[in-house]
Amino acid sequence: MKKIHEPKPFINPYLAGFMLGIVLFLAFALTHSGLGASGAISRLQVATVGLFFPSHVDQVGYFAAMGGGDRHPLDHSSIYLLLGTFLGGFISAKFNGRLRLEIFKGPRITNFSRIALALLGGAIMGYGARFARGCTSGQALTGGAVLSAGSWTFMFSVFIGGYLVAYFVRKLWN
Amino acid sequence: MWLPIDVMTFGLVTANLIFLMIGVGFGISLELAGFGDSRRLAAQFYFKDMTVLKTMFTAIVVACLLLFLSAALGLLDFSEIAVNQTYLWPGIVGGLIMGVGFVIGGYCPGTSVISASSLKIDGMVFFLGTAIGAGVFGESVSSFSGFWNSSYSERLLLSDWLQWSIGATVFGVTVLALAMFYAAEKTEEYVRKRGTGTPVSWKIKNKKYHLGAAALLGTAFAIWTIGQPDVARRWELLKNRYEPLLTSRDVYIHPLEYIKTWNDSAIKLITIDLRSKEEFEKFHIFDAQYAQVDELKTSEFTAPLLQLSGNGVVVLISESEQSAEQGWKWLKAQGVKNLYILDGGLKDWPLLFSSLKVAPHESLDLAKPPLKILDKFPKDTFTPKIKLQTTKRSGGLCG
Repeated sequence: MKKIHEPKPFINPYLAGFMLGIVLFLAFALTHSGLGASGAISRLQVATVGLFFPSHVDQVGYFAAMGGGDRHPLDHSSIYLLLGTFLGGFISAKFNGRLRLEIFKGPRITNFSRIALALLGGAIMGYGARFARGCTSGQALTGGAVLSAGSWTFMFSVFIGGYLVAYFVRKLWN
Repeated sequence: MWLPIDVMTFGLVTANLIFLMIGVGFGISLELAGFGDSRRLAAQFYFKDMTVLKTMFTAIVVACLLLFLSAALGLLDFSEIAVNQTYLWPGIVGGLIMGVGFVIGGYCPGTSVISASSLKIDGMVFFLGTAIGAGVFGESVSSFSGFWNSSYSERLLLSDWLQWSIGATVFGVTVLALAMFYAAEKTEEYVRKRGTGTPVSWKIKNKKYHLGAAALLGTAFAIWTIGQPDVARRWELLKNRYEPLLTSRDVYIHPLEYIKTWNDSAIKLITIDLRSKEEFEKFHIFDAQYAQVDELKTSEFTAPLLQLSGNGVVVLISESEQSAEQGWKWLKAQGVKNLYILDGGLKDWPLLFSSLKVAPHESLDLAKPPLKILDKFPKDTFTPKIKLQTTKRSGGLCG
């Protein structure tokens, strides 16, 4: 007997890629540009800073471009895309029995180290994504499909960066 | 060419709803692939589960084939599609940093959203981390903005870089992806069978994979064979959209507006002189470049114009409106933005200034009239027509 909470298996990676490719094409056909996430995350961050230190947003040029003066950092289509992504993830997880409060980690580390490393890894990722002007979705996926030269060199450097340090942190995941 | 559609023309509410729906599709695909699970994502870097590579490159190839097939068939105007700008070295450095963050944290920004949405605590924390990292970057970027803005090209395609045709590049990318899929399958098989004594076979047994690979290769080959539409055909396809700009004379700018733009340091103005060589040598505007109309059809000539960022303006000068318009059509069909024609060419250029009372000691350089000359004309001499259209349509979602 299958338990109700048993999560369904993930679908074939190529099939998921095919679906993702269709969504990406539709994004181009309807909006001129592709998908992304880190730009919207950056906007959320600027909005949060703006709540507490509005003048700071105006002073730092990088933040002002998104939320300086009369501009509101969240008044941007990428925010709707991010909301939709969250919603889509939620719906799919719900229907596939994967909506559960838990921590994903390798078998050999504690919850505390996993959370601390997720925060650290996230910060490194967020920094790198702004450095590269886009994340895996906005640069690699989107730029890759339109054959942007910079996106292709970027994509391979993400994999190289990952493989270079993977050995040293193998205890985290294995 | 009716694609791409600009959803912004449907009003902000509808547009944002469409963005939301695209996001939902994006989220569902990522979740179904298992990208909400850090263990599955990290396994990519230990050769155990190559889902990241398989899903990502399938998506890239499928979207790429659909885009360039639609363009080849004349359904989609590729010059209207936003192409990520290339900042070669900052992209490589940023990519390496991201790879490190990926292995340590187990997600990338998009996948952490999926993970957080399915209530995974590590995903939520990672998401918070990316926001902090983005903030730290914003605070620190001014100290290395020189490097961050280096090695830049506005629109550099892989095909320009390799000097291959679009079709050949699309085919090459497809072959590369299939080779990587094969390697990924065999690597997984090797890791799975390691130590068990079972040999790794060279074959791919799944029949559906053969069919899928054949379909991708076939489409890529079709794109290569059909080829992307040439300039004349592109103009035929785009005529309905752009011809009205010529008939309404919206792209004809008054000489004074030209002078004003020319003296505007915020605008990068390029002047192309299409008159005869003799005329050009006799007199031309200070930094105009000479060209024959037919040259404007070639990609060698157009390439630098396509590299102009949002503040670039291109103005054509000719003896006859017919040849100016022909040049305008060639350039427009190739996607040159902010493109105008100098009204009247240079025929009446000296006349325009001859009536002015210029003090004897200040002679007027007709090839390089200064901004202050505008003060000598009534304010309503011309209606400004230049409107800058930036290449980034919806602001670049990730940028």
